[in-house]
Amino acid sequence: MSLFLRNVGVISRKELASYLTSPMAYIVTAVFMGLSGFFFASVLAAQNYADTSIAGFLNAAQFLILLFAAFITMRLVAEEKKLGTWEFLLTAPVRDSEIVVGKFLASLVILGGMLVLTLYYPLLLLFFGDPDLGPMATSYVGLVLMGSAALAIGIFVSSVTANQIVSAAVSAGILFGLWAIGLVADLVPGAAGEVMLRLAFTGYFPDFVRGIIDTKAIVYYLSLTMLFLFMAVRSIETGRWR
Amino acid sequence: MIRVENLTKYYGERLAVDDIAFNIEKGEIVGFLGPNGAGKSTTMKMVTGYLMPTRGDVFVAEHDMARDSLQGRRHIGYLPEIVPLYYDMTTHAYLRFAGRLRGLDKRTAARRVDEVIEICALEEYRDVILSKLSKGYRQRVGLAQSIVHDPQVLILDEPTIGIDPIQVAHTRALIKELGENRTILLSSHILPEVSMVCQRVIIIHQGRIVAQDTIDHLASTVTGGERLRLRVDGPPSQVSEVLGGIGGVLDVKYQEPFHLVRLEAGKQPQARISASLVRKGWGLLAMESASMTLEDIFLELTDEADAE
Repeated sequence: MSLFLRNVGVISRKELASYLTSPMAYIVTAVFMGLSGFFFASVLAAQNYADTSIAGFLNAAQFLILLFAAFITMRLVAEEKKLGTWEFLLTAPVRDSEIVVGKFLASLVILGGMLVLTLYYPLLLLFFGDPDLGPMATSYVGLVLMGSAALAIGIFVSSVTANQIVSAAVSAGILFGLWAIGLVADLVPGAAGEVMLRLAFTGYFPDFVRGIIDTKAIVYYLSLTMLFLFMAVRSIETGRWR
Repeated sequence: MIRVENLTKYYGERLAVDDIAFNIEKGEIVGFLGPNGAGKSTTMKMVTGYLMPTRGDVFVAEHDMARDSLQGRRHIGYLPEIVPLYYDMTTHAYLRFAGRLRGLDKRTAARRVDEVIEICALEEYRDVILSKLSKGYRQRVGLAQSIVHDPQVLILDEPTIGIDPIQVAHTRALIKELGENRTILLSSHILPEVSMVCQRVIIIHQGRIVAQDTIDHLASTVTGGERLRLRVDGPPSQVSEVLGGIGGVLDVKYQEPFHLVRLEAGKQPQARISASLVRKGWGLLAMESASMTLEDIFLELTDEADAE
């Protein structure tokens, strides 16, 4: 186990360093901050600053995080295949699972860092008003959980292609597909609609916004994360047999 | 140190490596020769554990690369055909990562990185981003990463491809030096290179091994007898006919502007050849004995394989 953690650490530190030296993470974060800030402010302005919620930010963020995940994970495996470094990594004495988890943790740290930057929205509200902090805290928990599932999906997609653009497009497609299921679930009657709502990517998010942490939601996002990380490991293994 | 048995690889329907076997002893430097697409890289990818064979076994340092790949990989340094560089890293950061990835602790990694930077003469480029290095230096960094964990086995896929002659000489010298206490399998399609660096060659063609032996021994088994290279001032086809009729001559090939004559073992018909040519009134411009180069051996062996 300690060797597992050591190898994961070596890989994720290297990934983090390359995120921080390339413009991608900065550009995506800037876009995220710009758009989520705009929605945060505009919702407050629409209510004449009578409200002290981060609803505007959250509405934008739950959507933007999907895009973010697609862009931030697209290079993780696809780029290595293109550069030829994949062979270097896969012939090192590290397990395929260590590679996947290492890369996943690095992307999760980047996502976490980005969310930390947005903490100034609640801080502003705290400074100028008296917001309800509980739901804000649970909302952030929700964003991290949702984000981790989205990143896992992104890594899986990146692991099946050598083309970054294809990877980003396909991940975004899957993520928005999972999101869109929730939008139409209301229109589908009976059990089918219920199932769709349960499968929908953002279906559990409103609870977090209301301040509720539902075990079902945690199970959903963590299972999705594990499932896609596992599939990424399998896809790497399969690659050795191609 | 490297043992390969019944190794076969299909890429989908295409047969890339066809039932090959070889054994490389500790301390040997073995050249892996073949034209492009012969299956050299595929074999190396299977030896290093990057690809799994369709059939057959690979053992590296007695570790079965199918069941015990992680243990086996610890002993291997590998330079793939495409030098695997992260272009956003500096030489130093990259080599350090390579060392850590191969299981070195922080202190050992730092020490070994300094050592391999010195061995590969990369001091000047220690803190330079890899994307700014020339092709030759990239190749050196590639070699440096393959030895950073001081592996017993080195697998080098075309280590001198695409670099200028001076650097090629440097790289060859370096490989020879590395081979003093390591087992090396090195692929190339440049024949003289292999004869300079390696004690033994494995020749592969269309996925099959067509020969494996020491270079000297190969040359003598393939030739049978000696060869002569003649330059004759006369009509080529008639010259060939006359030469072919002389006792002791096995066959004659015309490769403009030379006639290549293969002799029966132990026969010395040189005097008769010159006499016959003079009698015909053709000028004998040159006659020299042509010992077989690796190139000739290679062509001969691959021709035979194609004919079969």
